[in-house]
Amino acid sequence: MFAYAIQRILYTLPVMLGVSVVCFALVHIAPGDPLISILPPDASSELQERLRILYGFDRSYVEQFFMWLARVLQGDLGTSIASGRSVTLEVSRAVGNTLMLAAVATVLGFTLGCLFGFVAGYFSNSPLDKLASAAAVFGVSVPHYWLGIVLVIVFSVGLGWFPSSGAGPGGSANWRFDYEHALYLVLPAITMAVIPMGIVARTVRALVADILAQEFVIGLRARGLGQFHVFLHVVKNAAPTALAVMGVQMGYLLGGSILIEVVFSWPGTGMLLNTAIFQRDLPLLQGTILVLATFFVVLNLLVDLLQTALDPRIKR
Amino acid sequence: MAELIAAPQAPAQIAPPAEKSAGYWRSVWRRLRRDKVAMTAGTILVLIFLMSLFATFLAPSDPYARNVANRLAGIGTPGNPLGTDDLGRDMLSRLIWGGQLSLLMGVAPVFIAFFFGSALGIIAGYAGGLTNTLIMRTVDIFYAFPSVLLAVALSGALGAGLFNAMFSLTVVFIPPIARVSESVTTQLKSSDFIEAAKASGASALTILRVHVLGNVLGPIFVYSTSLIAVSMILAAGLSFLGLGVQPPFPEWGQMLNALRNAMYVQPLVTALPGVMIFLVSISFNLLSDGLRSAMEVRT
Amino acid sequence: MSDATPLMTVKGLTKHFPIKGGMLGRTVSRVHAVDGISFDVLRDETLGVVGESGCGKSTTARLLMHLIAPDAGEIIFDGRRVGSRDMTMASYRSQVQMVFQDSYSSLNPRLTIQDSVAFGPQVHGVRRRDALQRTHDLLDRVGLDPARFAARYPHELSGGQLQRVNIARALAVRPRLIILDEAVSALDKSVEAQVLNLLADLKKEFGLAYVFISHDLNVVRYISDRVLVMYLGRVAELGRAEDVYAAPQHPYSAALLSSMPTGDPDRRVEKAALQGDPPNPIDLPGGCRFHTRCPLVGTMCRGTEPELARIARDHDVACHARIPGSGHRPESKERAA
Repeated sequence: MFAYAIQRILYTLPVMLGVSVVCFALVHIAPGDPLISILPPDASSELQERLRILYGFDRSYVEQFFMWLARVLQGDLGTSIASGRSVTLEVSRAVGNTLMLAAVATVLGFTLGCLFGFVAGYFSNSPLDKLASAAAVFGVSVPHYWLGIVLVIVFSVGLGWFPSSGAGPGGSANWRFDYEHALYLVLPAITMAVIPMGIVARTVRALVADILAQEFVIGLRARGLGQFHVFLHVVKNAAPTALAVMGVQMGYLLGGSILIEVVFSWPGTGMLLNTAIFQRDLPLLQGTILVLATFFVVLNLLVDLLQTALDPRIKR
Repeated sequence: MAELIAAPQAPAQIAPPAEKSAGYWRSVWRRLRRDKVAMTAGTILVLIFLMSLFATFLAPSDPYARNVANRLAGIGTPGNPLGTDDLGRDMLSRLIWGGQLSLLMGVAPVFIAFFFGSALGIIAGYAGGLTNTLIMRTVDIFYAFPSVLLAVALSGALGAGLFNAMFSLTVVFIPPIARVSESVTTQLKSSDFIEAAKASGASALTILRVHVLGNVLGPIFVYSTSLIAVSMILAAGLSFLGLGVQPPFPEWGQMLNALRNAMYVQPLVTALPGVMIFLVSISFNLLSDGLRSAMEVRT
Repeated sequence: MSDATPLMTVKGLTKHFPIKGGMLGRTVSRVHAVDGISFDVLRDETLGVVGESGCGKSTTARLLMHLIAPDAGEIIFDGRRVGSRDMTMASYRSQVQMVFQDSYSSLNPRLTIQDSVAFGPQVHGVRRRDALQRTHDLLDRVGLDPARFAARYPHELSGGQLQRVNIARALAVRPRLIILDEAVSALDKSVEAQVLNLLADLKKEFGLAYVFISHDLNVVRYISDRVLVMYLGRVAELGRAEDVYAAPQHPYSAALLSSMPTGDPDRRVEKAALQGDPPNPIDLPGGCRFHTRCPLVGTMCRGTEPELARIARDHDVACHARIPGSGHRPESKERAA
């Protein structure tokens, strides 16, 4: 197990290097001179030349990459063109809000998904199964940004129960643990929870049906064990995989929150990306993507290690 | 040494065999036809494709014709059965026309990714060794990005536009298809009939063509169709963010974005483009589910 | 046609499978699947290969077919080294064919029977039309009506029918030697007998030689002219079938044959002749690899690995106890208890 953990951690290093190459390349696949986007349009050619050397744009891509990587490793993601502030600062402000939203959505989606999945798998082919399976298909098929709008139409515009946008009263930029702020979290979290709900439900349904069909469960039943004990066995066997799916889904939500954050004007990394795209703020775009991808890779690593530790069948 | 097989007496004897037997795909189709859910989904998709294809004949009015006097009309307005948008354009016509770009954006990247992804995966799986390591580790890097993030990052950097959005989506879908292709091919490579084909002295390319492709392309294709649902949502999502199709061209995601501010005035009209995206996405999901279970059973 | 030189000579064929492990996928140890085996296959003969599961029979079959590359050793076919300019892999593979154990999975499920059978000849440049004609003749020859079966798919046929197809497929390139790797083991007893008879007829008709690999000692005795007994990747004994079955010389062969199921009540097995499991092929014992289970074990058996030596006409054995003048002396009787 320990050797496997070390091996798995070492394996993420080349992947992270590749991820940083992709992020570095983002600025360079963008059309136009990267310098133009930084400079005011009336900059003199002399100033242009000075900055080109200052930013290292005159060097080879390989040199530029390692200069950039060295800065990134020291925590310097560059400077936002639009705001003039450090990208590291901008991202660290936004990432907490996104984490909060993704965490609540994951827990919600996981709970609902497990519930639907269990019901569907346990009462395989009954009307309940059909209903739960339908909910699962709905979850993976619905365009969530559209669902967000529909929820706003119904619960904000129609019923007026929840606020439709922002993270708190009066354009509060940071989410806090109080009732006022919690109201702002409800609709985006539900919207976001729909995707993992569908995927978790599908996985759990297949898992439960699989486990119930296995001989040891039939054996348990044959030995006269009650439904509850059988249920416990099913939970014990389904848990590692279900948890792994949940972890990976959380990663997807972190990275994929942009559409939902835009719908609800949630001040997280997604909104930051949206701003970066429309102001052509490439350093901000690059930095945000790098941070989110790193979160995703690390989360995948943790999930993998956790699953290995939990599942007695995987001995590595 | 005696001739191994007696010389053919009547070469003209090769007649088509008397008993015809159903091929694999025919039996899949037979099972699929019994699946009511999948068939309904398929029918809906065919209808939506036809609707988009024949938009010129079906759309009641010009999807670009603005009418400032008739902005944000409700559903059931005379002349505009599904209302009008924020510029007074007929929603029904724009929804019908919007199918063209929405379907193109959602479906084409998956097909292009199917082509490249399966080629990469099959080569990696069949060659094994260093080739496999090089291809699959590169694929892993792109796999390390959540799909939405990668699509947004690429089209964000490349700039808004239909072509850039489609390119980004293609890049997003190549890694998962390559992964599935690689594992299917690796599994198949060790089967006895591939060994038998090698034993008959066939070259790697011949074996690939005759014995590998026919067995792996089916499963890879079905897996790819299951990605179309995601691709539809992502494609419309990029347009929703303003990264895909640009106004005034009708596209469902972009229409949804444009109408977002109108949800207080005409909530039902606002929701319409999303209904179309949802309908196509869920139909693709159900159809590919049906296709998968129809392919699983081996007679 | 009859020629003194053997059809095929195998010299020192060796295959070790590396076991990767550790952080960088280094080779941490090796499975000694086949460890320097040598034998001849004579023209028109059936050479039976027997041994417990895991002794390297199937690896040998794949090595003979060159489906996996050997680590050492060579194969001489018809007097020419396989892989040399005189005997290219392509021409070798048109003269040697193989039939696998799993009759279903050795046919491409997406191809019709006739396409599978005609594939080989087409690879060797026969036109499709002629290849199909040959296919139909062969299907007829192995007892499958081409009109009924040629256009069918594998899943529509029974195991016995499929194995007939596989035999036809092997014959289609007009080979001189067929390697049958447990080719009848998965079939029902009655079907097995039919297929064995078919194989015997085809051998006579087409002048074939067989390497017949099986764990079923009765079947091997029925079909083989000579028998090769394998133990953990080595040849233990090689001789005429009647000699080996009547008087096995290697203690392993003796044990194996005494455990053979028989219909004769007087020859019922009294006690298990072989004790324990074979040693792990990753971690082989030094000396003779059978010494851990051998009733005749002597001191030198622990130190020196015996070479295959001729002890009678057409009879080779690799056992110190059977080789005159080897210096073998049995240990005290305590061990046998």
